[in-house]
Amino acid sequence: MAEVTYLEALRQGLREEMEHDERVFILGEDVGLYGGAFKVTEGFLERFGESRVIDTPIAEAAIVGAAAGAAHMGLRPVAEMQFIDFISCAYDMLTNYVATARYRAGLPTPIVVRGPCGGYVRGGPFHSQNVEAAFFHTPGLKIVYPATARDAKGLIKSAVRDDDPVLYLEHKWLYRRIKETLPEQEEVLTPIGAARLAREGKDLSIITYGATVWKSLEAATELATTDGISVEVLDLRTLLPLDDASIMASVRKTNKVLIVHEDTRTGGLAGEITARINEQAFEWLDGPIMRVTAHDVPLPYAPTLEDFVLPQTQDIVKAARWLAKY
Amino acid sequence: MIDNMASRALAPAPASTSTATAIPAGLTREQLLEMYRYLRLTRSLEERLTALYRQGKVIGGLFRSLGQEGESVASAYALERGEHKDFLSPLIRNLGAMLVMGARPVEILRQYMAKATSPSVGRELNVHFGDLVLGFLGQISHLGDMIPVMAGIALSFKMRGEARVALVYIGDGGMSTGTFHEGLSFAAVQRVPLVVIGEYNQWAYSTPPERQFAAQHLADRVQAYGIHAETVDGNDVLGVYATTKAAVARARSGFGVQFVEVKTYRRKGHAEHDNQSYVPSGEIDRWARENDPIDRYVKRIVERGWAPAAALHEIDRAVAAEIEAALVSCIDDPPPDAASALPGVLAHPDAAPLLWYRRL
Repeated sequence: MAEVTYLEALRQGLREEMEHDERVFILGEDVGLYGGAFKVTEGFLERFGESRVIDTPIAEAAIVGAAAGAAHMGLRPVAEMQFIDFISCAYDMLTNYVATARYRAGLPTPIVVRGPCGGYVRGGPFHSQNVEAAFFHTPGLKIVYPATARDAKGLIKSAVRDDDPVLYLEHKWLYRRIKETLPEQEEVLTPIGAARLAREGKDLSIITYGATVWKSLEAATELATTDGISVEVLDLRTLLPLDDASIMASVRKTNKVLIVHEDTRTGGLAGEITARINEQAFEWLDGPIMRVTAHDVPLPYAPTLEDFVLPQTQDIVKAARWLAKY
Repeated sequence: MIDNMASRALAPAPASTSTATAIPAGLTREQLLEMYRYLRLTRSLEERLTALYRQGKVIGGLFRSLGQEGESVASAYALERGEHKDFLSPLIRNLGAMLVMGARPVEILRQYMAKATSPSVGRELNVHFGDLVLGFLGQISHLGDMIPVMAGIALSFKMRGEARVALVYIGDGGMSTGTFHEGLSFAAVQRVPLVVIGEYNQWAYSTPPERQFAAQHLADRVQAYGIHAETVDGNDVLGVYATTKAAVARARSGFGVQFVEVKTYRRKGHAEHDNQSYVPSGEIDRWARENDPIDRYVKRIVERGWAPAAALHEIDRAVAAEIEAALVSCIDDPPPDAASALPGVLAHPDAAPLLWYRRL
């Protein structure tokens, strides 16, 4: 059993789905000959041919729209956004066309739109974005965001098989940083809509997803060692629909909640999670629900600036320590 | 009144005894009459809807295709129609195309009255509905978006080696959108079997073409994508049919995207509420008097001796009766049950949750 990176796990998942279902095909910019800007689809053109690995013009609305049309006709397209920052160019197509299709017209639209997101990589304002909040508000979409190699594989496979349109957000900081040994014989599938308890604890819950799962785990280890605080870390994995049951179970267990996300603060997912806890578990709280997020600025390029704007492990340590004492 | 439509188009009546010439474009007499039926059905159904609108029975706006019925019907008629054959996506002024593909008058009436029995079960407006089996796809209001979607449908035909063609409409206004250009460029590169009908109808709501684009013809703009493009008189039913038929054949034979520009004129406002104050005085009347697509079609059929006026009158009567029967059958249909608003956003979970204050 070999160790695989998050990126390789994603590639394996995509490849397996294409092997076992000929309706699955890939379209996007530079996905074929070049194998994708991050090489997620390297080797796919040779294996599956150009009718199933389609290099497109730089036209995100066309990529998503064509995926939707093909999906109506029974195919299972996986559309790559070269960087997830460019999904805004397909915002209309996703929110107006794709997300409404089943409701207004009963149209099956099983597409996956995936792409590298996130910062900590010196990508600057247009190669570091987190876009979940822009789509979280739209009924008719699902959003998944794996933090582990296992879930990178398990969620892409589940997303391809899902009958609804799924945004699959993959963190480029995790691509080659995270490694895991995955079973080779059994099929790796991660259910959509189910959070994962990344670390058990009893004093305080950190609810998070994506790259900040790892920063939260680092913080939890430090807090256990230095302060004797037992921190639970819940990795949401699916952002839409949220796994309310897992969130509330953790709240009822620890009674204190810190929500951590890399995305900016205002209008970020932490607000919605806070509201849900307020509605469903208010009487279980022993302190205010607090947030650790990016500052509300476009993500700057210089390391000093980016590191300052984004939430870091020490921010989580300090915030959790503050909340534990509340 | 409806009985007189065909004969009014002929006034002043020319000699109806001229020698019959061959019907063009490989059409049979039956097909000529069938196309006439769709033309008449489109116009009469919209006229009936106008009356319903004025009676307050139409929910929301009413969109007419008056003056554009010819290109709409003729272009759709050039497709292979039936279950799992060619595929089309209409715009708001392509009721005629939808009827040709198999949409039924009762469905249109139910849609406009937001009935529970309507194809969209009251979720979408007017002609925004489709049928994947009969081969038409409901549009959304964002002009241009159907171009990438139909490119994807045509792509599926190509990938599966199916000899099917997709046809999509776009207007002189809609061609300004980014999605139009993105979709067309993608479709051109992929050489998918897509026919695009560019409707130059002179008005995008109140905006004339010269404020929409700086080129003279829509076809000029499209040729830059390496797409075969032609411009035809959109109010010449047989001309639109022949040109589209050839475009469909080229698309089916692997020659990629085809563009047919139809020059026509939108004689009613953007929707029924629009008083058309921006239209130069006399312009609408002139088009109605001199260049109505149905009048021209009728005149040609009868003058050339392809069918007698009586046959057209008979169709007028049948269409009127069909519309009335459809209306009677659905006017008292109930509105959708309010709670039916929640299911069906996603395949799983199958319904959005009812909010807490509705349980109090």
